[in-house]
Amino acid sequence: MTKPDAEIVHFDNVGLRYGADKEVLTDISFTLYPGCFYFLTGASGAGKSSLLRLLYLAQRPSRGLIRMFGTDAITLPRERLPGFRRRIGVVFQDFRLVPHLSAFDNVALPLRVAGVSEREIARPVADMLDWVGLGDRQHARPATLSGGEQQRVAIARAVIARPDMLVADEPTGNVDPDMAMKLMRLFESLNRLGTTVVVATHDVHLIGKVEGSLLMRLDKGRLADPTGALRYPPRRDASTELAAP
Amino acid sequence: MTLFGRSLSIPLPFRRDPGDARLLPQGHLSGPMPWVIAIMIALTVIAAGSGLALRKAARAASADLEGGVTVQIVTAAPVERDRQAAAALAALKAAPGLATVRRVPQGQLEDLLAPWLGTRPGDDVEALPIPALIDVRLSAPATPDRIAALRARIVPVAPAARIDAQASWLAPVFGAIGALQWLAGGLIATLAFATVASVLLASRNALGNHRETIEIVHMLGGTDRQIARVFQRGMAVDGAVGGLAGLVAGVGVLLALGRAFAPLGSGLAGPAMLGWTDWLALAAIPMLGVVLAVLTARLTVLAALRQML
Repeated sequence: MTKPDAEIVHFDNVGLRYGADKEVLTDISFTLYPGCFYFLTGASGAGKSSLLRLLYLAQRPSRGLIRMFGTDAITLPRERLPGFRRRIGVVFQDFRLVPHLSAFDNVALPLRVAGVSEREIARPVADMLDWVGLGDRQHARPATLSGGEQQRVAIARAVIARPDMLVADEPTGNVDPDMAMKLMRLFESLNRLGTTVVVATHDVHLIGKVEGSLLMRLDKGRLADPTGALRYPPRRDASTELAAP
Repeated sequence: MTLFGRSLSIPLPFRRDPGDARLLPQGHLSGPMPWVIAIMIALTVIAAGSGLALRKAARAASADLEGGVTVQIVTAAPVERDRQAAAALAALKAAPGLATVRRVPQGQLEDLLAPWLGTRPGDDVEALPIPALIDVRLSAPATPDRIAALRARIVPVAPAARIDAQASWLAPVFGAIGALQWLAGGLIATLAFATVASVLLASRNALGNHRETIEIVHMLGGTDRQIARVFQRGMAVDGAVGGLAGLVAGVGVLLALGRAFAPLGSGLAGPAMLGWTDWLALAAIPMLGVVLAVLTARLTVLAALRQML
């Protein structure tokens, strides 16, 4: 059983507004634990992407407290942000691949940012691209890849550095069902190694196919808890169930 | 599955081996930047070379004339002129603090004046009352006190004598040279400012062009310094290429100017030739330019990145 002090992310009464508009997220409180697999659902405009932006430290909240990896993320000095961001893998909804870099270089980017030598980069990046079925497109630029291929490159980039937490915004939106399941298996594999996974999706079928996953649902900027994801201990011991093949 | 197993040997992501060379597009920050830097460096080299040459010429002339005094015996009667000149020469030879004293031969004076007074048959130069000249070198600078002391010795025996420090004749020239040196310094400062402004604009432009990529690199954990290093590297390459081209062009212009002035042969043109230390100083200009450009790019990029989360 995961201990409460081993929380990886803790939101307490968090609110977010852009400019003077009304809040897009209101009174958000939850805790994410290591090794758990979370789905985040909600209608368009419910605030999923905004919540994910807070999770991958692209945005500071308007109010409330956020603790990540045991540290107060609100008062975190700017110069310490890169170290935290390297512990978070992100799959952006719009992929956000670097257009002038090849698929290989895009996937290698987190490793290069982390200062890994070129000699140590080649093999894992090639293996990762093989795994997502793009072994023969290593040198292709994003503009020459299909939407699904770009999405797989984005996913490979998010997981290549084996992050402590993976945040994915609609990661299977542009791939066929087979590839979607394959990518979910990839996330599960990462999850079994201890990575906390947060996947925002509309695909309810996908949610049921990941055993032990926990569900958070956003409705008009407020969070609901259909599977007990926000309670401790979680209703289902995800780390035990996900360990099964 | 072996993807995340040890066999995959995914390296630890926190090593400090800077692999940021391929974070952003490699190449130049902006197309015309090397050309801009080349022009700036060429103009700086020309301005600095001219300033150094003027300084050298001024110093040489100043050292040459510093102790020089000219005594003129201005009287129309040739016999009296010769008598007073001889008396003045004798008084000067007895004076302390003199390095050399000599009367300028009459033939030499006539040769000097020939271009103005004429040399054709019928031009009777000898009939003109040309003053007798005595060239005096003091062993110390010709200060007003020393000139006054010499006057006190000479005037009683040669009432028609006029005594002048040679440096005072060229005082306006030295003033003009000083002004030109200030002008050269001002040009160099202006060019440095223009270089900084150009690099600043180029860096901001490049930042704007790569904003999306920079945001991605930030989200993946890239630091401001990593991103700034990429821009610095690009600017260093642009600066080195432009600086070298500018140095070659600037030195070419200086050599051409040197050749153009060489036929003058004497006066200020001769001493104005640059020495090896001057050439070394000029060679350092592109390096200073690169340092200035890189530093400007770094500070500009870091300041802009600090505006991002």
